[in-house]
Amino acid sequence: MSYQSSVFSLQSSELSTQYSVLSTFNSELGTQYSVLSTQYLTIGYRHPRRPPRVVVENINVSLKPGELVCLIGPNGAGKSTLMRTLAGMQPPLSGSISIMGDDLAVLTPRDLAQRLSIVLTERVDVGILPAYALVALGRYPYTDWTGALTSDDEAIVQWAIEAVGASDLAARSVDELSDGERQKILIARALAQQPDVVLLDEPTAFLDLPRRAEMMQLLRRLARDTYRAILLSTHDLDLALRSADQIWLLPKGGPLQAGAPEDLVLSGAFEAAFRSEGVTFDAFTGAFRVAAQPAGVVDVVGEGIPALWTVRALEREGFCPIRNGADAPIRITVVDNHRWLVTNNGKTREYTSLYEVAAFLRSHLP
Amino acid sequence: MQKITTPTTPKIYTSVGAQHAVPLPTQTVYPRLGVRRLALLALLAGLVAAFLLSLAVGSVNIPLREVVTILTGGEASRASWETIVLNFRLPKAITAVLAGAALAVSGLQMQTLFRNPLADPYVLGISSGASLGAALVVLAAGTTGSLLLAGIGLPGDFGLAAASSLGAALVLVLVMLVARRVQSVVTLLILGLMFGYVTSAIVSLLIYFSIANRVQIYLSWTFGSFGGVTWGQMQVFAPVIVIGLAAALLLVKPLNALLLGETYARSLGLNVRRARVFIIASTALLAGAVTAFCGPVGFLGIAVPHVCRAIFGTSDHRALVPASILMGGMVALLTDWVAQVPGSQVTLPLNAVTALLGAPVVIWVILRRRALRSAVGA
Repeated sequence: MSYQSSVFSLQSSELSTQYSVLSTFNSELGTQYSVLSTQYLTIGYRHPRRPPRVVVENINVSLKPGELVCLIGPNGAGKSTLMRTLAGMQPPLSGSISIMGDDLAVLTPRDLAQRLSIVLTERVDVGILPAYALVALGRYPYTDWTGALTSDDEAIVQWAIEAVGASDLAARSVDELSDGERQKILIARALAQQPDVVLLDEPTAFLDLPRRAEMMQLLRRLARDTYRAILLSTHDLDLALRSADQIWLLPKGGPLQAGAPEDLVLSGAFEAAFRSEGVTFDAFTGAFRVAAQPAGVVDVVGEGIPALWTVRALEREGFCPIRNGADAPIRITVVDNHRWLVTNNGKTREYTSLYEVAAFLRSHLP
Repeated sequence: MQKITTPTTPKIYTSVGAQHAVPLPTQTVYPRLGVRRLALLALLAGLVAAFLLSLAVGSVNIPLREVVTILTGGEASRASWETIVLNFRLPKAITAVLAGAALAVSGLQMQTLFRNPLADPYVLGISSGASLGAALVVLAAGTTGSLLLAGIGLPGDFGLAAASSLGAALVLVLVMLVARRVQSVVTLLILGLMFGYVTSAIVSLLIYFSIANRVQIYLSWTFGSFGGVTWGQMQVFAPVIVIGLAAALLLVKPLNALLLGETYARSLGLNVRRARVFIIASTALLAGAVTAFCGPVGFLGIAVPHVCRAIFGTSDHRALVPASILMGGMVALLTDWVAQVPGSQVTLPLNAVTALLGAPVVIWVILRRRALRSAVGA
């Protein structure tokens, strides 16, 4: 977890500069209509003979165009149920969902498909089909009975493939693609549907860490560039905190809370939602950590990136690192990225790696 | 970390769907979709050749020119040739083409619907119903069943066809009723399987209590034959098959959507339950009619779609449905032609020939191409 968050802290500056121009542009536009909104939505399951099982009650949220929204929450809180309900796969128990001003319940399947598309977690096996043809299936709600593509359709399919940066995959067979490549193609397929909102169910689930960051960045960019709303459910809390415009936080039993990631941190909603899971949220670092008693206080002297990572290493070992606290029993002086001086009981030792520093501290745990 | 390139897309914020308005620089060559017409034409040529071959060459060889003369309504040099071609070989060849096409297409539909490369036209239990009907007429002959059939003017072979049609139709109705209700297609698969077990149990009971020569008749029905369809029966058989094939051609788009799985298909705007009912109806008509009139002809239904996928290199039903029709017809003609053992008076059981000739071909084709699993996307 700690490694993960640090990777993104290095990245986030790059992200923000890249998008600052666009955000200004969007706010000037000013038309903050909702692409999708829920009114007193209650989700759950109906049973033929028993009373319905309510999962979450009274959801009032909305998606704005150009927004990337992450739905997060502990397992079993009802993320999938909410996603399915929003996608029209499952009827709500009460309340309503409107997409571009129309009630979801009255839209024909074809109309809905032209407004909303999905990307699922399940692996797609389409047999022998080039990735291009898979993306082209996204034109389904627009084509005639044979499913033949017009030149307009082809242009949209090609645009969708280029938008996700998968032009090099277009001619390859779907069954030869890696999980990340396949995910990209499925997102292109969802875009080719030209929806107003794209729902993605755990799009980062099967990806390695760099690919997850890349996927999130891609989705964020797509939301901005195509001016569509993108809602995704994820377990990647760090990534969600750093990338989402809005977080929909769903604790077990509800209620669903929506807001900018930072707003939810400041209001304490974040910590409350995950506290029961034995995980604490550190509002200082913006990271989650497994709750544990600190093993001791360590003073860290030094500056820059080496010092930052030294702090991380100490946190990982269960210490409570403080900066320039002269009265700590152990002091670590960061000289540069391959030299550390550890002072304990008046004795100073020199180490050339954090691995060695950590090993020393471990052997001196109280 | 790989840097994501800046989008080449123009940023238009006015309306959704306008982003393709500005043409993009085309640096990538995209694969061409659509049907390979040349390959289909080649298949059609093969079908016509096989058709003429089966009319010309058999226990008696008739020159091709004479065959064409007879077909175009002219006078042949020998009257017997006319009888052979018009009364025996022509209805049989037409039956083979229709039955082969029907089995291949219904097999293809079932493989896609169930996302299972081993599905065949009979997974729904249609043929079980037909064989139960046939068994009742043949094995329990003299009892009410065949008397009833004879009473309504359906004697002899037509009685057999009628009984097996009735059996197939009953299962069809049952399956359709279930298909409209169930959530998952797997339920249908299990239902078909269970129905198969029940019928074969009843059939073996009938066989156990039946006399030898009746068992022989029933067994020869199970061997399958394209030779039993008379011109009279053709008036029922041909329209049913044509309707079923036309339905399959109309279903190519839903079938393609189903390649993605039912959830995605629904998200694309497909009414999955209705599509499922239509696909099953088409399959049941095709498989039911073939079983009723030709017996439970095996193998073609499972094998031909795989061969077509391998040859056309795609799972796109816009190519596969027409290809399966042509390929199915051609393969059925050729296997039937071999089963006649040209130049002799011997006729081998059709089912034995289809499997003996077909299995090695299919194994070769599939091993040369891709794994069976990737061929259907199961």
